[in-house]
Amino acid sequence: MVGGLFIIITSQNYLKKVVGLAIFQTAVFVFFVSLAKVLDGTAPILTKMANAYSNPLPHVLILTAIVVGVATSALGLALVLQIYKNYETIEEKEIESLELKSDK
Amino acid sequence: MFDIFLDDAPALVVVLPLLISAIIAFMPSKIWPWIISIITLLLHLFLSLHLLKEISVSGLIIYEFGNWEPPWGISFKIDGVNIGLQLLFSIFVLVSTFYSRKIFLNEIDYRDSGKAYSLWLLAVGSLNGIILTNDIFNLFVFLEISALASISLIALGAGQNRKALLAAFNYLIIGAIGATFYVIGVGFAYAMTGTLNMNDLVIQLAQYSDGQLAIFAGMSFMLIGLMVKAAIFPVHIWLPPAYSYAPSAVSTLLAALATKTILYFFVRLLYEVFIIYPSYLSLFLDFVLYPLSLLAIFIGTVIAIYQDDIKKLLAFSSIAQIGYITLAFSLKDHSGVASGFVHIFNHALIKGGLFMAVGYFAILYKDRVTLNSLKGFGYKYPITSFALLICGLSLIGLPLTNGFISKLYLFQALYTNQMYLSIALVAVSSALAVVYFWKIVEQMWFSEIKFKSEKEDAYIYLPIWIVTISIIVFGIYSTPIIEFSSLSADYLISGYQN
Repeated sequence: MVGGLFIIITSQNYLKKVVGLAIFQTAVFVFFVSLAKVLDGTAPILTKMANAYSNPLPHVLILTAIVVGVATSALGLALVLQIYKNYETIEEKEIESLELKSDK
Repeated sequence: MFDIFLDDAPALVVVLPLLISAIIAFMPSKIWPWIISIITLLLHLFLSLHLLKEISVSGLIIYEFGNWEPPWGISFKIDGVNIGLQLLFSIFVLVSTFYSRKIFLNEIDYRDSGKAYSLWLLAVGSLNGIILTNDIFNLFVFLEISALASISLIALGAGQNRKALLAAFNYLIIGAIGATFYVIGVGFAYAMTGTLNMNDLVIQLAQYSDGQLAIFAGMSFMLIGLMVKAAIFPVHIWLPPAYSYAPSAVSTLLAALATKTILYFFVRLLYEVFIIYPSYLSLFLDFVLYPLSLLAIFIGTVIAIYQDDIKKLLAFSSIAQIGYITLAFSLKDHSGVASGFVHIFNHALIKGGLFMAVGYFAILYKDRVTLNSLKGFGYKYPITSFALLICGLSLIGLPLTNGFISKLYLFQALYTNQMYLSIALVAVSSALAVVYFWKIVEQMWFSEIKFKSEKEDAYIYLPIWIVTISIIVFGIYSTPIIEFSSLSADYLISGYQN
């Protein structure tokens, strides 16, 4: 989780920022799924063998969150593509210097 | 037959725009998507009025999706807190959609207008969901839908200025970090209580009456995530570029409503759920939200003075205005919360009107509106300029406008809490607001160049004037806004005192 955040903050490349965001979100998803584990629990299917079930609700929540995450990454990548088409670079520093030039 | 629909009104106000947005996404026509959106939003307004009628009878509606009882199912809750906001939302969205047509035609490719309105309705539906939802995870989903829709809308501004892409990208990254922080908080809360329903959360949290570290960590994560989304001071950096490079119609919608709905949920979380730990809540309000609001008010106003670009100026003044709202909410009593809600209503109208007028100027001038480019606009386009003048005076808080009512109630609330320092600061920053607004007025009316008045487009200045007149009307006859706000405060504060 911290690794993902670190990538977002430090990297100068927009593509890397999107990847960092994806890692950050995935870490949170794993955290959620780990909440669901019940000691000795099995998959939540009714059988006679099981006496404890894992909690299925966090999995369902994360399924939703994954969809949201996919949409976020997709939109992020689409924006990076458009930025590349407009600026012909996706390095933060180069874009900043381009903008400074165009302001003058 | 119609009653079947009315029973499901709480769900329909959210689902209807979302459904229609899927239908109009690929319409190549440049007029039909707009007509369909207007019809949808008229229905939306009708449903909101129906909800108001129901609320005035019963006082509380809990709508269970798929008849799953809370706390298992997702539910929507409509009560005194959000009905006023729901009505404002419905009316303002309709007006700004009416305004948006000519603006969109000028600023984006007409073949994209189906997609633009599809995103527009998506943003409307999900923001409405934020107002109504009673489930903390469901809120995250709506937050993200509205964020993604508004990011795409902001990126549409790239046709005018490619910086819109950078603004949208920054909003995406910062917004997604904020939302993910919120989800971590939800995870902690769920781990400790096993529930996501807000009412049930309060009951379950009560068993840890002395407080647990995991819960405090979760609460802090949730609050920080929402603060990012609501652009409360130190985490506001995404907002000014996003608002100023978005197409003008989009800035209007976002500036007036997007942060307001999130602020509303923020307050609701504070006073309805976290109230169970009064010591944590007062720690957060006194030592985090209160100083940050003061800083936001001061710094936002000062930065706004130095802006040359009018839309950026308005965006920074939004930061200061959000500061006023959070300052009012940090006061922990009835008068404070009520004045916060008053300012939510009034500021939505004021900023909406200002962005509408500036957006129209941007189209007339065919470039970004800077201070210099406004020279002589007061004579050239008198109708819109006069509306801009009234909205600006209201922003400063002159009597006979609704901004005055906001300031009055805020001062009263601060006075009853004996916060004289903040009264002084609010007064100073109101005075500073005169400075940046005067710069605009000076360029528009007192420059050397004189123009003859030119014809203005009635489709655009009508909505602007609807907003402007409502600003004056609510400035003189403020009872409805005051009543809705104190109703909201009644519901929220009654929990605090128990």
